[in-house]
Amino acid sequence: MKRASKYQVDEHGFYGRFGGSYIPEMLYPHIEELQQKYIEISESESFKKEFNKLLKDYVGRPSPLFFAERLSNKYACQIYLKREDLNHTGAHKVNNTIGQILLAKALNKKRIIAETGAGQHGVATATVCALMGLECVVYMGEKDVARQAPNVNRMRMLGARVEAVRSGSKTLKDATNEAIRDWINHPDSYYLIGSVVGPAPYPDMVARFQAVISEEIKWQLEEKIGRHHPDYVIACVGGGSNAAGAFYHFVDQEETQLIAVEAGGEGVHSGKTAATTALGTIGILHGSKSLMMQTADGQVVEPHSISAGLDYPGIGPFHAHLYDTGRAEFHAVTDQEALEAALELTKLEGIIPALETAHAFAVLKKKAFLPKDVIVINVSGRGDKDLASYIPYIQNQEHE
Amino acid sequence: MNRLKQLFREKSADKDLLNIYFTAGFPALDQTVEIMEALQKAGADIIELGIPFSDPLADGPTIQQSSERALSNGMSLDVLFEQLKNMRTRVQIPIIMMGYLNPIMQYGLTRFLEQAKQVGIDGFIFPDVPMSEFEKEWKEPLEALDLTFSFLVTPQTTPSRVRQLDALTSGFLYAVSSSSTTGGSSTQQQEKQVSDYLRTLKSLKLKNPILAGFGIRSQADYHRINSEVDGAIIGSAFIKHLDEYGATEEHITQFVHSLKAPLV
Repeated sequence: MKRASKYQVDEHGFYGRFGGSYIPEMLYPHIEELQQKYIEISESESFKKEFNKLLKDYVGRPSPLFFAERLSNKYACQIYLKREDLNHTGAHKVNNTIGQILLAKALNKKRIIAETGAGQHGVATATVCALMGLECVVYMGEKDVARQAPNVNRMRMLGARVEAVRSGSKTLKDATNEAIRDWINHPDSYYLIGSVVGPAPYPDMVARFQAVISEEIKWQLEEKIGRHHPDYVIACVGGGSNAAGAFYHFVDQEETQLIAVEAGGEGVHSGKTAATTALGTIGILHGSKSLMMQTADGQVVEPHSISAGLDYPGIGPFHAHLYDTGRAEFHAVTDQEALEAALELTKLEGIIPALETAHAFAVLKKKAFLPKDVIVINVSGRGDKDLASYIPYIQNQEHE
Repeated sequence: MNRLKQLFREKSADKDLLNIYFTAGFPALDQTVEIMEALQKAGADIIELGIPFSDPLADGPTIQQSSERALSNGMSLDVLFEQLKNMRTRVQIPIIMMGYLNPIMQYGLTRFLEQAKQVGIDGFIFPDVPMSEFEKEWKEPLEALDLTFSFLVTPQTTPSRVRQLDALTSGFLYAVSSSSTTGGSSTQQQEKQVSDYLRTLKSLKLKNPILAGFGIRSQADYHRINSEVDGAIIGSAFIKHLDEYGATEEHITQFVHSLKAPLV
């Protein structure tokens, strides 16, 4: 396997000291099959042709790169928005599900398993399963089923079976456990993971399918302002798939600063947070070695974030490595700051972002930029699904 | 001499063997050694002591719930080693620890192995330790301390990989009788598949004895497995029994006896 850079995965599935494949033997054949075939299949001409066709005609790519003039004026810098929220299904997640469903088809799998937090990946998976006529089971924490009802209904309408997970924290972490267990018990199924987490080769596979985001940013910037790399790329990180896609083609471009934004919840030291790099230590979760929030005794700590998609106690090994090497800068943004940023973007630019995405925008208040700085913020998803969180916040604002 | 190795050295081919799993700290925090003693008295041959982990991927809902309960009861490696301090004055049968890599990583592998040796543990099962990492970090200290390590094999494990895993294994090889998480159920057709699988495995003439687990719950299962390989591992069924009847000596004895009673 060709190794693109020191920041990318090596032939053993590691990013520096992170990554690898820590799985019980029951999963070994499943993972081995993917490991052997994912590059060969996804690099074949017929796969690429089909993938690109679907991204264009079905997803609606390329997604626009929009110069946010009013936001730029407010923060005295040049802000461009990568509009992944305009993709079919409303988020970046579909880039990956299109890629993986084609892989699943090439492997002749008939039943698809997925985990979901906010429900965006679940919707994107249910969507491509409907498109391909494949059976779809989505595991979702019971807590997330309650707070992301619109997405649950969308998945059901698309024909997926949504399994509410009642174990552990009842959020994304446990949905992932259940999805992996389902895969152990159904070796003929394909596990369509939604983020750059899990055992190798998933982190690299998902990053490759999301890499279309930074690939487009490059030529879009060139077209707009005659330069092919920005000064900053900003993206939110739960497991880290949208950030992986937005960073992918810039990791070796050291003059581009990468900014990853995690969910600080009620505050990094409040005990109710999902700020993995701030609090995390190296450990093994969901089959790979990475940074994660855990007790001194090695038990995974239950995270908290207002945003279901960032409510995860770890980050993918790619991001852990970017953090470890200092290649990316990590910030934590609280629930409150994210809500404020969402409202600001809505008012200034007429874009209602997903709560996850709103975290990325909150960095504008935390960091000083120069007027000449070109900043790309990845608008990973749209906010329709989060109105139940936004409305009470706005009403409170009005009363004050 | 390592008690587990000794057990297999002295075991005659026709003797059946029962390995019982339970999660340390379940159902109550302080009953660990009590349960072990009752199991020994009732006739269990090996005890597999589960180290609870918040995210036990290879296990089904029964063992996961017992782990959650154990953790909320306050179980940790420090607490467990403290409880096991004088265990060997009361329990003489082989004890192996089963768990997941992460808590060991945080505790420190060297410290963990030394503590385990000190309290009288004989071996380990950690299903998420890859072979490459085992060879790099575990093999030498385990040999130095005369502790065993069992790898898992499944019906989907290729014969060449079974041989690789067998070569690294000591004590016994753990045959997962169906590719599933722990605590699954089985039909008659599946039972036949399990028997066929175990016979195939046996025909590979491996260096280690074979114990089979996953989905074994009844007296009939127990004897069927023992007629094919060197012993049976029972976990979820025992956890369910503890949950239903409590960890009393009477009920533990009843559970073990009902399994081991000869089929009429």
